[in-house]
Amino acid sequence: MALYSEKVMDHFRNPRNVGEIPDADGIGEVGNARCGDIMKIYLKIKDGVIEDVKFNTFGCGSAIASSSMATELIKGKPLSQALELTNKAVAEALDGLPAHKMHCSVLAEEAIRAAIKDYYDKNGIEYDKSLFPEPDEDEEIHE
Amino acid sequence: MDFSNKVYADNAATTKMSKTAIAAMLPYLDTCYGNPSSLYELGQAAKEALEAARADMASCIGADPAEIFFTSCGSESDNQAIRSAAHIGALKGKKHIISTAFEHHAVLHTLKKLEKEEGFEVTLLDVHSNGIVAAEEVKAAIRPDTCLVTVMFANNEIGTVQPVKEIGAVCREAGVTFHTDAVQAVGHIPVNVKEQNIDMLSLSAHKFHGPKGIGALYCRRGVRLLPFIDGGAQERGRRAGTENVAEIVAMAAALKEACANMAGNTAKLVALRDKIISALTKIPHSRLNGDRVHRLPGTINMCFEGIEGEGLLLHLDDRGICASSGSACTSGSLDPSHVLLAIGLPHEVAHGSLRISLCEYNTEEDAERIIEAVPEVVAYLRNMSPVWKELERGEKKHLL
Repeated sequence: MALYSEKVMDHFRNPRNVGEIPDADGIGEVGNARCGDIMKIYLKIKDGVIEDVKFNTFGCGSAIASSSMATELIKGKPLSQALELTNKAVAEALDGLPAHKMHCSVLAEEAIRAAIKDYYDKNGIEYDKSLFPEPDEDEEIHE
Repeated sequence: MDFSNKVYADNAATTKMSKTAIAAMLPYLDTCYGNPSSLYELGQAAKEALEAARADMASCIGADPAEIFFTSCGSESDNQAIRSAAHIGALKGKKHIISTAFEHHAVLHTLKKLEKEEGFEVTLLDVHSNGIVAAEEVKAAIRPDTCLVTVMFANNEIGTVQPVKEIGAVCREAGVTFHTDAVQAVGHIPVNVKEQNIDMLSLSAHKFHGPKGIGALYCRRGVRLLPFIDGGAQERGRRAGTENVAEIVAMAAALKEACANMAGNTAKLVALRDKIISALTKIPHSRLNGDRVHRLPGTINMCFEGIEGEGLLLHLDDRGICASSGSACTSGSLDPSHVLLAIGLPHEVAHGSLRISLCEYNTEEDAERIIEAVPEVVAYLRNMSPVWKELERGEKKHLL
């Protein structure tokens, strides 16, 4: 499959952190089944650090690989660092994504942000609202 | 490159060339390489092969040799047929075209362009939930200014076979040119342009074990055909460019073989197809797309709720199975198949589609491997799908 890099195929074939966390501290779900991608991220947070992270994804090979890579990149990291994760960093860690699949890395970034926001909201933690812009539905889905 | 252990189940995308077709074309690449337009013996030998191939092609579809024009592919045939009929219609002030919502993009995009750039009006008929157009609906859609009806013979994604003969009769009665994209049908099911009232027909060699890059357009005597490529006088002025003799010869050999073996191939394919359908439809919340009966002998198209098609294809590829998710031509796009949307499937279901298209080279063992792999991969992907989990928890209603 020349469509994807070896890294993408590795994370697609052997996705890391698949599953759910029943007592998650934050859950983020982004995407839309109509458009063919949904990512759901579960976070377990202790002392501001992501102790555990799991994901469920409905989507193409690069959506699954992006979820897997993104969860690897934030596992064990403080929330402040996880919030800095960009879709570019996810795509680069996967040795690149085809242009028409870049939106998968965007979804991964947004799913993590949504999960962190959920954690903040649930725990009444103050945060800078500008960190969590409302995603533009169309842009989010079709780049 | 050794692909010998692959289960090739994507024959609607392309086929392996038959040994007969390969053997037929080799002399025209090697010793008999002349230009058919040249007067010397080397050229005339190529010309003879070209005309023999034309006669063979014609007899396979019930046409006269003079009604066959060689082109580079099915898409070119579609483009030429549609533009020619449209432009001739426009000369008489007729600028309305009737087609269907689930045509191949070679047809749909050509129509879109005619609509946008040249002011034609296009009516796309409903293909209903079973993927079959009704001849009465074609009849009802015909207007005094209709210049062309173009309806595919068999759908490339779901394999449903259209009532071409009846549609042809309706068009003949109304005096409207009828074109059919028969790329998936020719060599697989009986096609006879005379009996089926067809004015123009597109076909492509690589769908019936011929080479890629060669096709033909049948145009009934009496129906005017405008050239799409201008230049020399090849193909009686209807298609310029030195003829691809080797591939034309191979295409004719492949089609002759396919038509001679059609009954036996069909019996074998229907048995394999139905075995796979009955096994895969046992997967919960799945469905077979397209009419159960009126379908190509080798084509299966299914949807599995809660998963997305690409992951399914990649995992099947890892198990040595080559299949497709809808049409290969659309696999760069994020949108679900226009064919599945046309038969009324919701987007979220249409994303989870799988097309398995068999040919006579497939074996019982291939079918077994497919029957074993698909349910496992579907279950695996469902297990990581948030959509599936919502459905299972009853938070959303199953659509299938």
